[in-house]
Amino acid sequence: MGNGSSMLTQYDIEGVQEHCSNTFSQQEIVSLYQRFCQLDRSGGGFISADEFMNVPEFAMNPLSQVVKQLLEPLFVPRLLRMLDGLNFKEFVLFLSAFSSRASLQLKVEFIFKVYDSDGNHKVSFNDVLDILRDLTGQFIAEHQRERVLTKVLEEAGYRKDSVLVPADFMKILGSSVLKMEVEVPVD
Amino acid sequence: MNKLNTSSSELDLDRPNIEDYLPSGSIQEPHGELRLRDLLDISPTLTEAAGAIVDDSFTRCFKSNPPEPWNWNIYLFPLWCLGVVVRYMILFPLRVMVLMLGWIVFLSCYFPVHFLLTGQEKLRKRLERGLVELICSFFVASWTGVVKYHGPRPSMRPKQVFVANHTSMIDFIVLEQMTAFAVIMQKHPGWVEAKDREIVARKLREHVHGADNNPLLIFPEGTCVNNHYTVMFKKGAFELGCTVCPIAVKYNKIFVDAFWNSRKQSFTTHLLQLMTSWAVVCDVWYLEPQNLKPGETAIEFAERVRDIISVRAGLKKVPWDGYLKYSRPSPKHREQKQQSFAESILRRLEEK
Repeated sequence: MGNGSSMLTQYDIEGVQEHCSNTFSQQEIVSLYQRFCQLDRSGGGFISADEFMNVPEFAMNPLSQVVKQLLEPLFVPRLLRMLDGLNFKEFVLFLSAFSSRASLQLKVEFIFKVYDSDGNHKVSFNDVLDILRDLTGQFIAEHQRERVLTKVLEEAGYRKDSVLVPADFMKILGSSVLKMEVEVPVD
Repeated sequence: MNKLNTSSSELDLDRPNIEDYLPSGSIQEPHGELRLRDLLDISPTLTEAAGAIVDDSFTRCFKSNPPEPWNWNIYLFPLWCLGVVVRYMILFPLRVMVLMLGWIVFLSCYFPVHFLLTGQEKLRKRLERGLVELICSFFVASWTGVVKYHGPRPSMRPKQVFVANHTSMIDFIVLEQMTAFAVIMQKHPGWVEAKDREIVARKLREHVHGADNNPLLIFPEGTCVNNHYTVMFKKGAFELGCTVCPIAVKYNKIFVDAFWNSRKQSFTTHLLQLMTSWAVVCDVWYLEPQNLKPGETAIEFAERVRDIISVRAGLKKVPWDGYLKYSRPSPKHREQKQQSFAESILRRLEEK
């Protein structure tokens, strides 16, 4: 499974499948590899978030238009930053939370990872505020955001200076069904 | 769908709201008091983002899929070589001659008819149509086109427009050999200025309503797609106030792929490739004419017809605008999402 767009062998596919605990089928892994190669624009064997953030505004290159479209949904830059530097195996593992075979716990852990931007396994008030800012943009004033968050935290029994750990997330989110599935197109 | 009216950009006016086609996590508006759970549950938004990272349904429409080579062993290879000799040395020169003959016949008949029969309009038009159909048949013969036409050809009436999916420049010729159409295909996005757009629309309407004009054929995708998918239909053809007759065209790639990938090869190369292959095989279905249903918008009408064509030709539908090949996506989508989140949060904060 070398750098860039070399072919995947059966051995490679099985290795990746094992790494993600069989949350993706072999065909899905092949499709993801094609996508990975497309995203790995420098052919270095890993995705570089910079390559997407610095696409020239008026480039007429059709591929860059696809990239621009890619960047439209909220959270894509955030996810790309999390994908920065990951190789294909890790890319698949990252996306395994979105497989239909992923457990609820896997999904909740993924959401925790998104909030925990500095990777210290703790989610603070500011971390949540960060995400809320992404979600609402300029359409809520900053102080309003803080007010909303404080209020909602207190109602749930936390304080503004509380720190959330994965178990908390599991408690808050785990009681319901999380719809978090992406279909991997298989040719 | 009514969000279209709030856009100020020219290009946007013609584009359906892409947001309506993207999968959305929460379809219903969330109600009730705002809880921590609601703020922390970003799963719909994350899903949309992950979907964009995983799926490349857009480029797949324009990818040409190379055929599987079949000449890879000891007895098939000489056969293939023989085939190459026949195709390039015998068929190709024959086809070039047929084409030249066709042009000679066409030109030597068309000009006299056009200039000498100025008094008899009806006869002249009929002969001209016949000659156009003839030259197209010569073209089709020059790539040994094997075309199977299905379905009753709708009678030529006014207030009727034909739409078809688009794979290659030859679509037009394949259809034209049966019926002399007048064709509209937008070659370049933004080719019509705002005021021109109205003039073009008006001219189209006049043409369609005129009894004796050639029937109008429009390719609403606006670009060549690789015959496995259809991209979104532009609504222009569906707002002319007349019946729309869908035509589905599907090529069989058994000998050659008719899809012209304009980024990979020039048109001449593509044409030569067609003329040196065994045959171009395709099916054309004339489908039941459709009218705008009461309460249906032009875009819904366009999508309905696209559905009919896609099902008939076995093509998959994708929610992309063919023009995304050329133009920049709008930043509207992000901001709309943010705005709706913000409003929802603030509203639920008030609810108690």
